[in-house]
Amino acid sequence: MRIALRELRRRPSRFATATTILALIAVLLLFLGGLLDGLVRDATGALRAQDADLVVYSSTARDSFFRSRITPEERARVEAVDGVEAVGGLGVALLGGRVPGNGPRDLADLAVFGYELPPDGVGDPPAPGEGYADEVLRDDGIEVGTEVLVGPARTPVTVVGFVADTNFSGQGSLWVAADTWRSVQNANRPDATVGPGVFQSLVVQAAGGVDPATLAGAIDDATGGATRTLTLDEAVAALPGVEQQQSVFNQIIGVTVVVAIVVVALFFALLTVERTALYGVLKAIGARSRTLFAGVVTQALLVTVVASAIGTALAVALDLAVPAGAIPFVLTPSRVLASVAVLLLASVLGCAFSLRRVLRIDPAAAIGSAP
Amino acid sequence: MSDPTTDDTTDPAEPSLVLEDVRKVYRMGDSDVVALDHATLEVAGDEIVALVGPSGSGKTTLCSIAGGILSPTEGRVVVGGEEISDYSPKQLTTFRQDKVGFVFQAVNLVPFLTARENLLVVDELGRRRGAPARQRADQLLEELGLSARAKNLPGQLSGGERQRVAIGRALMNDPALVLFDEPTSALDTKLGEAVMELIQTEMKSRGIAAIVVTHDERMVHYADRVAHILDGRLRA
Ligand SMILES: Nc1ncnc2c1ncn2[C@@H]1O[C@H](COP(=O)(O)OP(=O)(O)OP(=O)(O)O)[C@@H](O)[C@H]1O
Ligand SMILES: [Mg+2]
Repeated sequence: MRIALRELRRRPSRFATATTILALIAVLLLFLGGLLDGLVRDATGALRAQDADLVVYSSTARDSFFRSRITPEERARVEAVDGVEAVGGLGVALLGGRVPGNGPRDLADLAVFGYELPPDGVGDPPAPGEGYADEVLRDDGIEVGTEVLVGPARTPVTVVGFVADTNFSGQGSLWVAADTWRSVQNANRPDATVGPGVFQSLVVQAAGGVDPATLAGAIDDATGGATRTLTLDEAVAALPGVEQQQSVFNQIIGVTVVVAIVVVALFFALLTVERTALYGVLKAIGARSRTLFAGVVTQALLVTVVASAIGTALAVALDLAVPAGAIPFVLTPSRVLASVAVLLLASVLGCAFSLRRVLRIDPAAAIGSAP
Repeated sequence: MSDPTTDDTTDPAEPSLVLEDVRKVYRMGDSDVVALDHATLEVAGDEIVALVGPSGSGKTTLCSIAGGILSPTEGRVVVGGEEISDYSPKQLTTFRQDKVGFVFQAVNLVPFLTARENLLVVDELGRRRGAPARQRADQLLEELGLSARAKNLPGQLSGGERQRVAIGRALMNDPALVLFDEPTSALDTKLGEAVMELIQTEMKSRGIAAIVVTHDERMVHYADRVAHILDGRLRA
């Protein structure tokens, strides 16, 4: 082990190639992971921000807001279920918004949410015609006091404050009172109007000590199967595209990890071949295969740690260099830790390919000219 | 020797090596190569034996068996009172750590370690005694005239100096027997003789036994006794 560490210290150039490649792989992993996290964040913020345990859709809606309608009668039945603490209506319209001062085609992508129960970080529903905008909409030139004209019907909504991480479907959320949302929806989506008291879905807070999953079943029973109730996590995962994005990105990440394993495997297999004579001598003077292999693993892990540090630094630099809002990229500590952990695992797996060679090295070959 | 790290006091009356009817057969596909045939040899506790024979006669094979690198096909091998004939590879590894020293024909130092670190490798691979081992390494380097070279890498040493470092490494574990496989063949005559002289004084002053393989008849007089080997058969 000491020998392996000394080799790293005295001959860093031998490991430079592997370190560089692994650092690039680390950047790639962090970039892909950060992009995925950013996409998912921007797709799911509105739901994640809900201060609720359950989300209720109509049973025919296939877990999507746009196909879902909850009538006041259904809502009353949900409210009557034992263990329901509070119920709030929720509805959303995805529309373009005109911002004064921007060009006629330069629309802000909006997700106009009508709500009753304030999500985390969002205040009580504002006055009619007013709304809280998500931070990302600042990039569209929206400020407090801006009157945004929403949709083809140009329904005016005045921004009275900002909230963070509440986006939906990659669009910036605008949180308005239920009636404001209904008027936006009915003016701009004549094909999908909503009547008074109707919402697309409900968010439900469970009473203390009530198991949300059990309560979900009770709610769906109470509505006679007219609703389908999901826990908040289920509802987030069921949002259109989220799972697909995750699986596509995770596949690319998986391939990248395989590349990392191959890089480590090839590099250290080559090093091991180069060291055949040295390992033979060391075995002759009493080294165990285990000790020699532990040295290989130590070197691979250290190379990976250094590469990860470089890769993380580059990814952070990238994060800072890319203008906010240009790409949905977030670099979270948990993503960095997970990526580094995966790379470390990959390097140990890569080393495993050298294990057999290390075991097979024959000290007898070291001592003489014997073939 | 009043060496604090000496833990096994070898009785000079006890032979350091006993080979009894040792046979070694290499399987090469269908054909068998008999590298050693009924080899019987006894080396006393502080004796230096020169092993002389033509190429391919089995010298390296004999050293490998005596040093626990190879297991004999048949026969008995006893080193420093320890019978190793039936040892498992794992037991042989421990045996090599403790009981024998090797000096190879080609200089086989670890290229990225200094002279002193090359000696300490033995301790790192073995018992890890730490401070006493460092003390012993410094003492050996001094005796071998390498104190000023302790911090040099092998690449910065002359051929003779490197072979002296290798001798120091072989002595680190205070072995019962040191095996030299053509230690001088890479050196010119003068250097070779100096190294042989050094081997002689080091072994004698410590009372350690040695087998020195050589092609060179001129080196033979540094040994107490010469064993000739031809086609795997020993003639004393
Ligand atoms: N691993 C092996 N597999 C097959 N045959 C071997 C092996 N090692 C040695 N031999 C054969 O055994 C015989 C003895 O070899 P050995 O290396 O002991 O000779 P040597 O006396 O050391 O020769 P040299 O002076 O050339 O080093 C030779 O015929 C050699 O070809
Ligand atoms: Mg030989």
